Amino acid sequence: MASYVIRRTLLMALTLIGISIVIFGLLRLVPGNIADILFDAAGFIDPAEKAALEDELGLSDPIPVQYWNWIWGLLQGDLGFSYVTELPAYDEIAPRIPITAKLAVLALFFSVLFGLPLGVISAVNQNSALDYVLRVVSLSGLSLPSFWLALLILMGFVHWFDTIPIYTDPPDNLWDELVLYSIPAAAVGFRSSALIMRLTRSSMLEVMRQDYIRTAKAKGATDNSVNYGHALSNAVLPVVTIIGIEAAFLIGGLIVTETVFNIPGVARFLVEAIQWRDYPIVQNLVLFIGFVTVVTNFLVDILYVALDPRIKYE
Amino acid sequence: MQPKTWLAGLAVVATLAVPVFAAAQQAGGTLKLYHRGNPPSGSIHEEATYSTTMPYQSVFNNLVVFNSQKDVESIENIVPDLATSWSWDSTKTKLTFKLREGVKWHDGKPFTAKDVQCTFDLLQGKSKAKLRKNPRKSWYWNLQKVTADNDYQATMHLGQPQPAMLALLASGYTPIYPCHVSPKTMRTNPIGTGPFKFVELKQNESIKFVKNEDYWKPGRPYLDGHDWTIIKSRATRVLGFIAKEFDFTFANDISIPLLKDVNEKYSEAVCHTAPTNISLNLIVNREKPPFDNADVRLAMATALDRDAFIKILFQGEGQKGGAMLPPPSGTWGMPDNVLAKAAGYGDKAVDVKKAQDLMKKAGYGPDNRLAVKVSTRNIATYRDPAVILIDQLKSIYIDGELEPIETSNWHAKVARKDYSVGMNLTGIAVDDPDVTFFENYACGSQRNYTGYCNKELQELFMKQSSMIDQEARKKLVWEIDAKLQLDVARPMIAHYNAATCHAPKVKGFVRKKNGSYSDWRFEDIWLQQ
Repeated sequence: MASYVIRRTLLMALTLIGISIVIFGLLRLVPGNIADILFDAAGFIDPAEKAALEDELGLSDPIPVQYWNWIWGLLQGDLGFSYVTELPAYDEIAPRIPITAKLAVLALFFSVLFGLPLGVISAVNQNSALDYVLRVVSLSGLSLPSFWLALLILMGFVHWFDTIPIYTDPPDNLWDELVLYSIPAAAVGFRSSALIMRLTRSSMLEVMRQDYIRTAKAKGATDNSVNYGHALSNAVLPVVTIIGIEAAFLIGGLIVTETVFNIPGVARFLVEAIQWRDYPIVQNLVLFIGFVTVVTNFLVDILYVALDPRIKYE
Repeated sequence: MQPKTWLAGLAVVATLAVPVFAAAQQAGGTLKLYHRGNPPSGSIHEEATYSTTMPYQSVFNNLVVFNSQKDVESIENIVPDLATSWSWDSTKTKLTFKLREGVKWHDGKPFTAKDVQCTFDLLQGKSKAKLRKNPRKSWYWNLQKVTADNDYQATMHLGQPQPAMLALLASGYTPIYPCHVSPKTMRTNPIGTGPFKFVELKQNESIKFVKNEDYWKPGRPYLDGHDWTIIKSRATRVLGFIAKEFDFTFANDISIPLLKDVNEKYSEAVCHTAPTNISLNLIVNREKPPFDNADVRLAMATALDRDAFIKILFQGEGQKGGAMLPPPSGTWGMPDNVLAKAAGYGDKAVDVKKAQDLMKKAGYGPDNRLAVKVSTRNIATYRDPAVILIDQLKSIYIDGELEPIETSNWHAKVARKDYSVGMNLTGIAVDDPDVTFFENYACGSQRNYTGYCNKELQELFMKQSSMIDQEARKKLVWEIDAKLQLDVARPMIAHYNAATCHAPKVKGFVRKKNGSYSDWRFEDIWLQQ
């Protein structure tokens, strides 16, 4: 196990180096840079002023030098400065991460809270009216675009309650925060819960056809014991994999939700930074997201061992 | 007077007095507005967008300003600001300002004539400190220097008389900057003398301003501050306004189709619909064949069905005109009888026939059609008119193909002249020919995207600028504008309207009908409790 952890850690480091090169290269391949955008906002381009700005920001340095400057700064804990606000990139990124993290955790919580039990209920009531209803609901969850669902929610609130559940000021306390984030989290969690529900259902159906389930039933075990004790614990492995993937996917999936509900999280910030070609923000953020993704996947793999004693890593 | 008559008179006076007292300005409260996106910076001199001027104008003062309570931006409506008075010398080339004493910058340092000098040195690239961008350099072609005669008097030395210099100085784009603050700080933490102090900008989140308690104007501002929530999604922010989460919309954010929704769902909202002084226009690369042929260019301008653009895009809320905003809102635009002589403003069927003949003369026809890419920014406000243009050009044997360009590359592409035909939007900061002509049509101007340069017209630009008699100047301006249209310098398609809305409790806001870049000092706005 120890050697596996060391191997995976090294692999994670290599993956992150790869991500850094890819994101750095891709950003430079995209046409236009911050100087183009700033001048575009001013409605003209002055080649001399533009060149001076590129010099000032280090954009006229050779690409390998720019890459090295970034990595060297990163190793020293210096993330550089945002090209747009001219403030330290760390100060711009750090306050936004907890906002998106809270929203993502809440969304994930909602999706598991609803997806897992409903998946089990749907499986144990296969082909019943309840099963059909739940399947239709889950299908709609998968097919409704999240921006549309989010806008419908906002319009509903304005129409019926004369208020709008969007972020305008930072919440004062934990309760306000929970209230503020729960509606967007539910909007984005709806899709994930639908996915988890469908996967739980199919996984449960597969497990429930196994001999040991039949044996448990023959021995007189109760339905709850069979369904939740024997079947679910074996059916949950692929669901855990999906939850891990969804956790990483949520960062991307939250872009639309953060935009519609006006939440100043890191997902929307990343998209804005890409539009502005704010390289220090994009590079550091994508690397951070990459880090979260590889660590989450690693933790999921480790979780397999806890959930299934048959799995052992050499 | 009989007692009954006397009492009746008293009752009338009392009735009239109620609204007067009820309308007395009330101090206090924070105005809540939404912003459409992150401003590129807080430095007005470096930007050319509402995104900066609307929130940040209240941090600053100008030497002079357009009277905030009048609905027209014109030389007659200019009132003192940091200057208490101004005077021209006998040659009309020296403009001297007496400056207000006792004014302090937000950091406590005193304002003096040196700051005025520094501001214009900065704009003319004469100072050690440099602006990153200087989009209105062309405004000061006639300014030789600014001198600080003493602490409270500054003089502008002009190359030739230019009455409209006052209009440029009154624009929301011409605040006075402090000498002692660097351009970088002005971008991130601007310091001014204005009614509100900048507190903070949180990217994607908010911008906050608080009342300047030491403001030099007695009793102003009324508001304790103004808070902006940055909302990128237009659907969300308009719903937010309808839900009364905000007191004020962003400038011109309510398009005509949206206005109907707002009126329907928030009937008490006060909406000001007026020309934006932003125009849709065509840019044609006159160096690239076949558009180096004047007949092809003229054919395109002649074939444009401007009424169709206005009807489809703005539900009829737009105006046909030349380079200057057309009357009655615009002060300098050509009247209909002059406009009718320009290419493409007559009977449409006749115009299309004329355009077809011009194309045939250039060697094109039904069997030899001209294929062309119509480039434009990949934003709906640019793309939609480009699609209509492509459709209209079919009638004169031109097959257009839309080439959407990502915003970040648009100006770079135009500057490289890497386009044939483009659809463009042009915003005009001040309704004055000195802005429009020198910014968009003068030889060598950075914002003259097509590189149009006509020496004869250049002379006329300078001539109209120097004219003291404004009525005579207007006639010359019409003549120039008509020539610009005939010369297909940048064929105008339409000037369009949009609305800015606020809650009924917001008082003291007067929307200008010929400009929307200079309305945003917020010092006269108050909230009815």
